[in-house]
Amino acid sequence: MSSETGKILTTDGIPLEESLKQSEKKNKIKAFLLVAPLLLFLIITYMIPIGDMFSRSIDDKMVTNMLPKTYKAMENWDGKELPPEEVFEAFYLDYKILVKNKTAGKLQTQLNYEKNGFKSVLKKLARKQKKFEEGNYKEQIMKVHKRWRNVEYWRAIKRRAPSYTYSKYLKGIDMYSNEDGKIVQVSEDRRIHRILWIRTVEVAFFVTLFCFLMAYPIAHLLATLPMKYSNLLMICVLLPFWTSLLVRTASWMILLQQQGIVNDFFVWIGLVADDNRPEMMYNKTGTYVAMTQILLPFMVLPLYSVMKTISPSLMRAGKSLGATPATAFFKVYFPLTIPGIGAGCLLVFILAIGYYITPALVGGASGTLISNQIAYHMKSTLDWSFASAMGLMLLTGVLVIYWIYNKLVGVDNIKLG
Amino acid sequence: MALPKYTELHYRIWHYFYLFVCGCVFFFLIAPLFVIFPLSFNAEEFLVFTDGMKRLDPDAFSLRWYNDMIYGTKNPWGLAARNSFIIAIFATLGSIILGTLAALGLSSRHMPYKGLIMAILISPMIVPLIISGVAIFFFMAKVGLAATHLGIILAHIILGTPFVVITVTATLSGFDHSITRAASSLGSSPYNTFMKITLPLILPGVISGGLFAFVTSFDEVVVVLFLAGLDNTTIPIQMWTGLREQLSPTILAVATCLIVLSVLILLTAELLRRRSEKLRGINR
Repeated sequence: MSSETGKILTTDGIPLEESLKQSEKKNKIKAFLLVAPLLLFLIITYMIPIGDMFSRSIDDKMVTNMLPKTYKAMENWDGKELPPEEVFEAFYLDYKILVKNKTAGKLQTQLNYEKNGFKSVLKKLARKQKKFEEGNYKEQIMKVHKRWRNVEYWRAIKRRAPSYTYSKYLKGIDMYSNEDGKIVQVSEDRRIHRILWIRTVEVAFFVTLFCFLMAYPIAHLLATLPMKYSNLLMICVLLPFWTSLLVRTASWMILLQQQGIVNDFFVWIGLVADDNRPEMMYNKTGTYVAMTQILLPFMVLPLYSVMKTISPSLMRAGKSLGATPATAFFKVYFPLTIPGIGAGCLLVFILAIGYYITPALVGGASGTLISNQIAYHMKSTLDWSFASAMGLMLLTGVLVIYWIYNKLVGVDNIKLG
Repeated sequence: MALPKYTELHYRIWHYFYLFVCGCVFFFLIAPLFVIFPLSFNAEEFLVFTDGMKRLDPDAFSLRWYNDMIYGTKNPWGLAARNSFIIAIFATLGSIILGTLAALGLSSRHMPYKGLIMAILISPMIVPLIISGVAIFFFMAKVGLAATHLGIILAHIILGTPFVVITVTATLSGFDHSITRAASSLGSSPYNTFMKITLPLILPGVISGGLFAFVTSFDEVVVVLFLAGLDNTTIPIQMWTGLREQLSPTILAVATCLIVLSVLILLTAELLRRRSEKLRGINR
């Protein structure tokens, strides 16, 4: 068809090849136009805001904007000795405006992060600067507090000069860059975030494991029973699946409380004494039990849909060839269910690692996870840039898991109900 | 699952052990839901089974918490239920429209960059909710939609569309495209073809996707916690506050209503699934 002479023409007189290309292009545009509304909607309301989280997490313009003259004057200062007079003057002028606008508190907090004890020095300056006379600010400022003679404090100000910082990410793993710009760990009693990360991964891992151990037998039973029985039992899986998360959490709060039914049962069978009922809620036990039950359907359903497709004759063939039931199971059946296991584990792990509601309600202090910390910083401390940084660290983790899963098993195996 | 007569003893034991384990797991799954039901009829204010309830004494049961839920003074459930339904219905409609259109486009074999676009469209399902919540809150705060119904509806459309996209794409995977071509060749306009041919055939997928979207919106609390103001309180928010502060029996009355609702949704979803499997010829 590509030769000049043998061109086939359509009735309009256009070469067929071209006409096909045109209609192909038209179809492409048509298909894309159908997707476009949702795609645009998600990009604007979802993808860009996630990008916005990133710019928030590294944003550090606050101090830079509060001390514009100081940073301009500091440009030529090498940081080895005390800065020259013009830096002192610029700092005095900047700070005077802040005190007048009553925003000096923010600067005090921010600079105190950089150098402990900065707050009191700045507060004293705020009181004394009203009586300053014009000229020779270096002398006057140094007279207010002897720490102004210490070059460390000026270096702390200089460190905040860049508009971008990765300090929030360091804080997320309990590290910070110290006075010399070296990255070091925070003191041992303040390492709270690393504990939370480890606990989050640990809880997600064990919940996934428990879900797998419990889901595998029942998925197998559901897949092998005759339809009329399995449909009935399937309700036991689907009803919790469709029931509100908060309702299920509430029922665990009732069951696990100290006067609750589980404890009653333990007392009744003599496992624990009546006056010594164990605390099963507001700790890790509560989180494990409730999360396992809540996420169990997400493991059962993918396992079931894979097991349903495995022909029972395969197991029979294995056994007729002399395999014991155990061998036949591990060599024939189990390998065939691996896509289902992968899908279920991925689903449960990803859901568990970002869990918020259940740990917040039944977890207590020792059962809270990284999501709770993010919510805490969003709603209570209002440190949104830190919340963004932690959120993105969590997101990166999830995407890495997803990517590994995609390489190993393929995403197409995820099915809904 | 009766065992054949020739089964050896230790396999028999193993088999009954396996059934016992399955029974325990099913019990673990379903039993917690049934605790709520009787306790919501408790005449006392405690969340434990009173002696009267154990004796099945009629005086130990009452409807006072249902009464409190509906007529109680200063109770937030009426407003919360109205908000929840309004938000969920509009979010479902939005998800269905956007999601079905996108699924139709994605199922076309002419669609360029299919994998990448699919990944973007279902990303709200993969990203942990807390992160979605933070991101959506930043957006809504920027455009001034925080603490409005519209903002929450848009947020729930974001979370709901992936379900519609997935279920409708699955329904379309067994779709015979020659019938739409046949309709076109018989002179039907594209709009007519869609309304009369395509839509009725993919309807089970659309509705079951819509059910997922509805439940997602109706049960969603993480994102709403960031977005809602005092006027936008929803049932999940009220339950969340209630559970955090004090577990009152009124919450159990609400929870019972929610369980009844989920039974209805489950029944609808099951009917639809069977119908769509029949249409796709899976059970033939």
